[in-house]
Amino acid sequence: MKPQPIALKVLNVASVLLFLAALGMVFLYAPLEATMNYVQKIFYFHIANAWVGMLGFIAAAVAGVVYLFKHDQKWDIIELAAVEISLVFFLIAIAAGSIWARPSWGVYWTWEPRLTTAAILEMVYISYILLRQGIDDPDRRARFSAVYTLVGAISIPITFISIRLFRTIHPVVIGTNSAASQGNFDMTSKMLATMFFSLFTFSVIFVNLFWHRIRLGQLAQQVEQLKLEELQ
Amino acid sequence: MIEYATSIKYMLAGYAVILTVLALYIVSLFIRWRNLKRDLQTLKEIQKKD
Repeated sequence: MKPQPIALKVLNVASVLLFLAALGMVFLYAPLEATMNYVQKIFYFHIANAWVGMLGFIAAAVAGVVYLFKHDQKWDIIELAAVEISLVFFLIAIAAGSIWARPSWGVYWTWEPRLTTAAILEMVYISYILLRQGIDDPDRRARFSAVYTLVGAISIPITFISIRLFRTIHPVVIGTNSAASQGNFDMTSKMLATMFFSLFTFSVIFVNLFWHRIRLGQLAQQVEQLKLEELQ
Repeated sequence: MIEYATSIKYMLAGYAVILTVLALYIVSLFIRWRNLKRDLQTLKEIQKKD
């Protein structure tokens, strides 16, 4: 396996610096929200994690389509990497959202449209990881996974538009809120700048981890091939 | 309006979860990488002996 390319090393440093800068903006630059006070600060990283989570699930579906056309294992590695990282980011978004919900809604969890569709989305891709492990043949596994990510991708727009389509207590950041929504707040320009900076930061972190996870997948494939050669 | 003490408590809990999960994932990537490298090294040594 080749050593880390310079671009990846630069990305490692950039990710750490951007993450520290984003934390600085959240705690030192963004003003305190009048109703929710400090707990509102969870929102910046919550939304950024949800964004990159969905981005990765879309990337997995794209990699799945490419695999079905090219039948090249490298696209299966990319697909798995995208799903795994997105599962982590989306789990963070759900957990952070629940913690924000407790003081804002009075409960950690409620089965309203956004939370329900987000939970389904997470479970769809957890199933993907579990089901992959049940298939030994690499080609069959890759073909099955590619089709699965395409079908699973249906959950992404449903989760995204759920708060815009249904009566829900989950606030809408961009667009009109439902009359039932709780925990809305008007964003000042400093809050908006912090939100967009967090989105950018987590997008860079996503690309960085995605690259590392793809390299891990390539190394695992190399080890697997050597093991097969040994057995023959 | 949410009380300051309550608000700070939940904010800290939220960021603790975010940082912990992210850190655990990065550590898991590192451990898996290290283990695979070790496996690769062992397999290459076996191949050389053969």
